Amino acid sequence: MKILVCITNVPDTTAKISFTDNDTKLNKNGVQFIIGPYDDYALARGVELKEQNGGSLTVLHVGEADAEPQIRKALAIGADDAIRVNADPQDSYFVAAQIAHIASQNNYDLILMGRESIDYNSGVVHGLVGEMLGIPSYSPVMKLDLDGSNATITREIDGGKEILKAPLPLVLGCQEPIAEWKIPNMRGIMTARTKPLNVVEPVSVDDMTVPQTYQLPAPKGACKMIPASEAETLIKLLQTEAKVL
Amino acid sequence: MSVLIYVELDNGSIKKTSLEAVAYGAKVAEKTSGQAVALALGKAENTELEKAGRYGAAKVLHAADAKLEHENSLAYADALVQAAAQEGSKIIILPKSGLGDAMAARAAAKLKAGIVSGVTALPETDGGFKVTRSIFTGKAFATTEIKSDVKVLVVRKNAVEIDEAGLTGGNAAVEAFQPALRDSDFTASVVSVEKADSELSLTEAEIIVSGGRGMKGPEHWQPLIDLAKALGAATGCSKPVSDLDWRPHHEHIGQTGIKVAPNLYIACGISGAIQHLAGVNGSKCIVVINKDPEAPFFKAADYGIVGDVFDVLPKLTEAAKSLK
Ligand SMILES: Cc1cc2nc3c(=O)[nH]c(=O)nc-3n(C[C@H](O)[C@H](O)[C@H](O)COP(=O)(O)OP(=O)(O)OC[C@H]3O[C@@H](n4cnc5c(N)ncnc54)[C@H](O)[C@@H]3O)c2cc1C
Repeated sequence: MKILVCITNVPDTTAKISFTDNDTKLNKNGVQFIIGPYDDYALARGVELKEQNGGSLTVLHVGEADAEPQIRKALAIGADDAIRVNADPQDSYFVAAQIAHIASQNNYDLILMGRESIDYNSGVVHGLVGEMLGIPSYSPVMKLDLDGSNATITREIDGGKEILKAPLPLVLGCQEPIAEWKIPNMRGIMTARTKPLNVVEPVSVDDMTVPQTYQLPAPKGACKMIPASEAETLIKLLQTEAKVL
Repeated sequence: MSVLIYVELDNGSIKKTSLEAVAYGAKVAEKTSGQAVALALGKAENTELEKAGRYGAAKVLHAADAKLEHENSLAYADALVQAAAQEGSKIIILPKSGLGDAMAARAAAKLKAGIVSGVTALPETDGGFKVTRSIFTGKAFATTEIKSDVKVLVVRKNAVEIDEAGLTGGNAAVEAFQPALRDSDFTASVVSVEKADSELSLTEAEIIVSGGRGMKGPEHWQPLIDLAKALGAATGCSKPVSDLDWRPHHEHIGQTGIKVAPNLYIACGISGAIQHLAGVNGSKCIVVINKDPEAPFFKAADYGIVGDVFDVLPKLTEAAKSLK
């Protein structure tokens, strides 16, 4: 079993977002970066599947060197080795092309990642990678079990779920409750220091999209408080003032 | 040149978010002097599909092949690309959903097209094709120029204002469409599908009543469900609530759950953690009911009631019932 887990390096979910350079760059000052929460689920399930089935687990990140603490954390959680494609990616297409390029040289049985990154929220990288490699992609996957060369996948659909059985190889976008997030232990942290982290240069990809500027939403107006004793008046306000009923 | 819009069917009806996508596509077609063509996959009556005309589609391509009856993003993406080739479409629009993103991604890779997901407004077309989308789970927006010849846009709910009364389009012509289907798109077998039927889906709902840990336990959900019924609303919940199995996972709203953008979001006993807010900040109007006046959710709310949910909810339900 050869597993590839792709991780993003994103601002912590509680981070305050602001921009610099005339609103053309994220202000990273004081922002704590983490492994994307969805990617963290994918990683946790990847580690479990490797433990059950044997084989290897490689973690891949397309991005700059400041992600290395997060990559090391993934190694401490249980990846055997890591690849960082050294680039400052501008869009999903670029990231997917890099992942597909690495994957095309390595014959992974499973390529796991989060259903979406929590910075750009596109949720399209798994589909792009699947198509670039000519293999199926499914998302969002809530449960994943392997049986030889087949996977049983529980996928969330609008208002419910479906269970699919599909032959490997597959690209899967993961979400909870596929596994519990794993916290690295001391031994993991020690061994992670010496696990290989290979830095490779990106393959060239045409610019499909070019980011221009970033904006923050308009600040929210004050909240109108209604005394609990007059709660029923809220309904009238929603109808006549907010006009949402 | 035409703009191609994928419309998602639910039991033979076009989903509301897809009709919005049609309206969006029709506006883009106007800006680019083209016509809007919709694509529907799976079973549906012509009388239903024609409705896309009201929202601005000139015609609807309909592939009714039985193999397309069950949602299959791989085959659907193939069909989408074939429809784009037939119509000479350079702009492809899909509604934001798990299926929309999956199809858009696979189609973009096939077409070597730039793809932007989470679009919140109509594109700027003077001097480059620029779109704005939601990023950082609603905490910010990005304006992006799409450089590629073919462009794929996945649009969010409320990306375009629709004045239902002012819709002028007539019925669209429905045209049968027969995409070539590939075996490689059907390697997975569907073991089972579980769908809470008759339940209003969260992504489609105009009103959502949502409960948090302040609801105290699954056995106390009835007052919330009663209000939802009275308002014709869908029900949602916070993450701990679905983690504790008080409510099904598909109701979990937030950063790691479903992102919603209803007209009205009523939060009952939810503290308003930033990860929860991330899933609801696209809502037009937010009501918060919480017994703690310091609950952070009030900062993101339009209306607030400090009080016990079990006192407040029945009062609201009564008032909502007498609306009609
Ligand atoms: C990476 C990450 C991702 C996350 N993703 C999500 C997500 O997607 N969605 C999500 O919801 N959370 C998410 N969380 C969890 C989030 O941080 C909060 O823990 C969670 O939202 C709190 O849920 P709650 O408001 O229901 O519960 P609590 O925080 O326990 O709040 C309960 C509230 O109910 C009020 N209350 C209690 N009793 C009553 C009563 N009788 N009447 C009125 N009010 C009452 C209390 O005052 C309190 O404000 C995430 C956390 C992390 C770290």
